[in-house]
Amino acid sequence: MFTRKMTSAVAVAALALATLAACGDSDPTDSGSSDSGSITVGSAAFPEAEILAEIYAQGLEAEGIKVDRKLNTGPREVYIKALESGEIDLVPEYSGNLLSYYDPKTTATSADEIEDALDDALPDSLEALDASAAEDKDSLNVTKKFSDDNGVTSIADLKKVDGLKLGANPEFKTRSYGIPGLEKVYGITGIKFTPISDGGGPLTLKALLDGDVDVADIYSTTPSIAANNLVTLEDPENLIAAQNVLPLIRDDKASDKVEDILDKISAALTTEDLMALNAENQGEKKAKPADLAKKWLTEKGLI
Amino acid sequence: MSVLNDTIDWLADAASLSGDDSISNRVLEHLGYTVETVAIASVIAIPLGLWIGHTGRFKLIAVGATGAMRALPTLGLLTLIGLYLGIGLTAPLVALVVLAIPPLLAGAYAGIEAVDPQTVDAARSMGFTEWQILTRVEVPLGLAIIVGGIRSAVLQVVATATVAAYVGLGGLGRYLIDGQAVSDYPQMAGGSFLVVVLALILDAVFAGLQALATRNHRPSRHPLTV
Repeated sequence: MFTRKMTSAVAVAALALATLAACGDSDPTDSGSSDSGSITVGSAAFPEAEILAEIYAQGLEAEGIKVDRKLNTGPREVYIKALESGEIDLVPEYSGNLLSYYDPKTTATSADEIEDALDDALPDSLEALDASAAEDKDSLNVTKKFSDDNGVTSIADLKKVDGLKLGANPEFKTRSYGIPGLEKVYGITGIKFTPISDGGGPLTLKALLDGDVDVADIYSTTPSIAANNLVTLEDPENLIAAQNVLPLIRDDKASDKVEDILDKISAALTTEDLMALNAENQGEKKAKPADLAKKWLTEKGLI
Repeated sequence: MSVLNDTIDWLADAASLSGDDSISNRVLEHLGYTVETVAIASVIAIPLGLWIGHTGRFKLIAVGATGAMRALPTLGLLTLIGLYLGIGLTAPLVALVVLAIPPLLAGAYAGIEAVDPQTVDAARSMGFTEWQILTRVEVPLGLAIIVGGIRSAVLQVVATATVAAYVGLGGLGRYLIDGQAVSDYPQMAGGSFLVVVLALILDAVFAGLQALATRNHRPSRHPLTV
């Protein structure tokens, strides 16, 4: 009984310490300076990021680099802090969102503009490696029927539709790529906005298919877009910022060997790959991120 | 203390907002969801609870079932129902009604059960019908506990009706969910503060009603004319 009490007391104390450490801006125990040979891979807390992190991790491991995993690290506010403090060394990132995290006022929207701007915006301790062509960004979608009935294939065409109903995450109301951008860049006014808090997930899809909204913001690699024959609207004015997948790494861990491995992965990764990986993860198969990563790396001849 | 100051600033700013995002509009929407939910749940749960309390039948099932209902997470239930019914008022209403039924049902049958059986037997021996026993003896005597059930339901619903904003509706949950989406913590704290204030006000109102029901817990003053 005594030992059990001891154990739980120690566990509680350890937990409290861990929580405190996680809360602080800097890590007092400096656990970050793990031996320079190994790389700790983190990821945002959603499946696609986890799959990408596994791809990086297994790609590095295949070349004999020791990898620790701290996947599902949390939202960007959390994993960037962890990266800056050295708790993790490498995360898969999305170029546009990463830039607007460090430079909220940025006006860069095309892939090239963003990559240029990132070099200046990132702190010295972090380095964005070459971006892949693969992209996962907000995209405005309509049903095939709505597209045919109203002759809408581009965001610019939405101007023709009176009383447009749009469903998206709540931040769409205030973000520059959202309602304000639609008004300023495309001159679309009088939008009836329905905030739906599932990140373009099943509730948003249902609202679109039911006709509760005409247009839905769904991440561009979501399997439901293809599965429901949705029409993703063109964005001729580049309102929605590019979101190319790239490895964000601590500068002190970015050896030539590591960069070389990650560059090869980025060069091979396409948007279609992301869609296929997500479909296998979320569809009937519910394949695990680690298994998907292994399969993808094998198919591309990287391991 | 900057979060506190920012929150106060936000409340001051929001007080001057007009239209959909104004505090008065959001409070009215929130109250609307609460009243609708408790009304629907009362129509279902109170008659059922009275019947269970009066007859003593199905008490174990009622206790078990409502206990299980309490354990259902409202947000999960809302998402599940939303996937079938789509966005709109129905999904959050159903989810909140499920939340409100257990305290209402428990209050209704506990109120009746708490009435002294000798009093009920006395009424029965005087020739009261079962309906008269229920309406003239048991309900008046158990009223304080029944109102207590409503009070508890209102408190839970008003605090949880914020989930309606998750599926595109309004109410005070808008401030929480919109604030979280853009890391606007003062807005979230301000919204939470408003929910707390609203809940405390409603709870005080029902505490008053409950006191009133306790004071008037004499059975009907009109003796039965047989």
